[in-house]
Amino acid sequence: MKVKNGSVQSTIKVEADEISGERYLLRLIITGILPNSARAVANAKAICEKYLTGRYELEIIDIYQQPSLALEEQIIAIPVLIKKLPLPEERVIGDLSDTEMVLDGLNII
Amino acid sequence: MPKVIKTKKQDLKFPKSLTGIQGLDLITEGGLPRNRPTLVLGNTGCGKTIMAMEFLVNGIVLFDESAVFFSFEEDIAELVLNVKSLGFDLDKHIANNRLYLEHIPITRSKISDTGNYDIEGLFIRLGEAIKKVKAKRVVLDSLDNLFYRFDYKVLRSEFKRLLTWLKGIDVTAIITGEIGNTLTSRDGIEEYVADCVIVLDNRVVNQITTRRLRIVKYRGSVHGNNEYPFTIDSNGIIVLPFIEGAIQQKSSSKRILSGIPDLDEMLDKKGFFLGSSVLVSGTAGTGKTSIAATFSYSVCKNKLRCLYCAFEEAPNQVVRNMRSIGISLDSFLKSGHLQFYYARPTLQNLELHLIAIKEMIHELKPNVVILDPITNLMTEGPNSDIRTILTRFVDFLKLHQITVMFTAAITVGSIERNPSDEGISSMVDTWIMVQDIEVDAKRTRSLCIMKSRGMSHSNEVRRFNITKTGIHLLPIVTHENSPSTETKRAIKEHLNLSTSKESIGIK
Repeated sequence: MKVKNGSVQSTIKVEADEISGERYLLRLIITGILPNSARAVANAKAICEKYLTGRYELEIIDIYQQPSLALEEQIIAIPVLIKKLPLPEERVIGDLSDTEMVLDGLNII
Repeated sequence: MPKVIKTKKQDLKFPKSLTGIQGLDLITEGGLPRNRPTLVLGNTGCGKTIMAMEFLVNGIVLFDESAVFFSFEEDIAELVLNVKSLGFDLDKHIANNRLYLEHIPITRSKISDTGNYDIEGLFIRLGEAIKKVKAKRVVLDSLDNLFYRFDYKVLRSEFKRLLTWLKGIDVTAIITGEIGNTLTSRDGIEEYVADCVIVLDNRVVNQITTRRLRIVKYRGSVHGNNEYPFTIDSNGIIVLPFIEGAIQQKSSSKRILSGIPDLDEMLDKKGFFLGSSVLVSGTAGTGKTSIAATFSYSVCKNKLRCLYCAFEEAPNQVVRNMRSIGISLDSFLKSGHLQFYYARPTLQNLELHLIAIKEMIHELKPNVVILDPITNLMTEGPNSDIRTILTRFVDFLKLHQITVMFTAAITVGSIERNPSDEGISSMVDTWIMVQDIEVDAKRTRSLCIMKSRGMSHSNEVRRFNITKTGIHLLPIVTHENSPSTETKRAIKEHLNLSTSKESIGIK
């Protein structure tokens, strides 16, 4: 990208904005209303609101309602939070109580 | 004191699921515990996957029970290809909806865990799979990858849940695992997991692969405790069990001729007992094969069937050599009365040969089996292992009323230190020894019956001649009145080693 020295900074800044402005598509797989699952839902919503304000889409799927998804998504452990977008796909398991782990595991800046 | 009545075939038998694997159903007395998980452990390449798969395929083909196979290691294409050589047509069973294969790729690195979790996802997939084909048999192969990936404590409690769940849905399961892993060594998880634990072992002894199977635990059932050798051939797994019933076998009083009239005369004029075991031992080139082949000729002439297992000379060599002494085996080969088993002794270990021979016996149903010589198979040297294997084999033959003749090569010199003396000679019913001796400054051979259980036999040392007209036994006569020192020595040795006390003094 050809820019003059002065405007390089701003271009980078714009790019950074674009990066941090990428939409996150998250899929949380849970098992009904079991305690782990309930916690996971609450934690997921909280983390999304705090770190991905306005640029996320959180799908909450009860695996009992869609059992075929277990094979599709290669699910073993539940709850599991899968980051579909941005690529690459990442996932973390557990009730998401450890926020650091969640952010780290999903590469959320 | 309550009376304990021991009934052999009564009820209260633990319900079992037949495996269809040869020998295994025998030592487990009916197969694996029905609707319970069995743990099959072993080192890499021991055959766990094959055993598990054979259990499923037999379930489909023999017992009309559908199956699910969850593979945590190989992917589906690999699995299908690997068992094709055993005759398992997985594609066909999948197409018929009798078999469902699922591959669960698990990377070996620990997954990021952010809090509590369980492995309900696996349960759900398993449930879906079982529903799909209405499975009665399930295999999880193998557990280890799960243990690398997920937390041990979680897995332990989940497995308790899994087996309870499996019991509830009436499914017989095999779960495989690597031995010596955290799975088995830590807190003995198999105590929780399985009602039955089988351990497979794959070692290399003297450059030859030796496979062993052992039932470590079988809750609620009597089982064979020993290590059993097994093999994997083109049809699957064959386990060679010890047949306990054999010792209670009734021995026959019928006789079978040896084909050498002079020898039959020495054997109470009637020959060997039908279904007995005979050992012909002697130094190299003393004519053991001739004796064995003459026996086979006589067997076939009487319209009986003979299986000749050759471990030294090739079959056509044996046939050719016998022609020179007036014995023609060609017609019997053509008619099928005489069949040869020929395999390089060093190709595989003793048990594998015996298993292959057993297979042939099942197919051909011979009346007589000859192993010439057995010593070529005993590369490990005399030890109790070989003795056990041979005992089992002889018992198996006795069970089927098959007369067996072993030939054994002994080294010149001390007879005591020969394999034939360490185990086989005490095991067999009849023991004939052939030796090189010197009579009148001429080398010749002697034959003597060292023992023959259950009959009064001659203890004479006879001169053993092989001529164009076959084998003849003549008294050792020299020009002087007393036999030469060489002959005296041979006679003395024969007498010393003769185990039959009653035969001394009897002509």
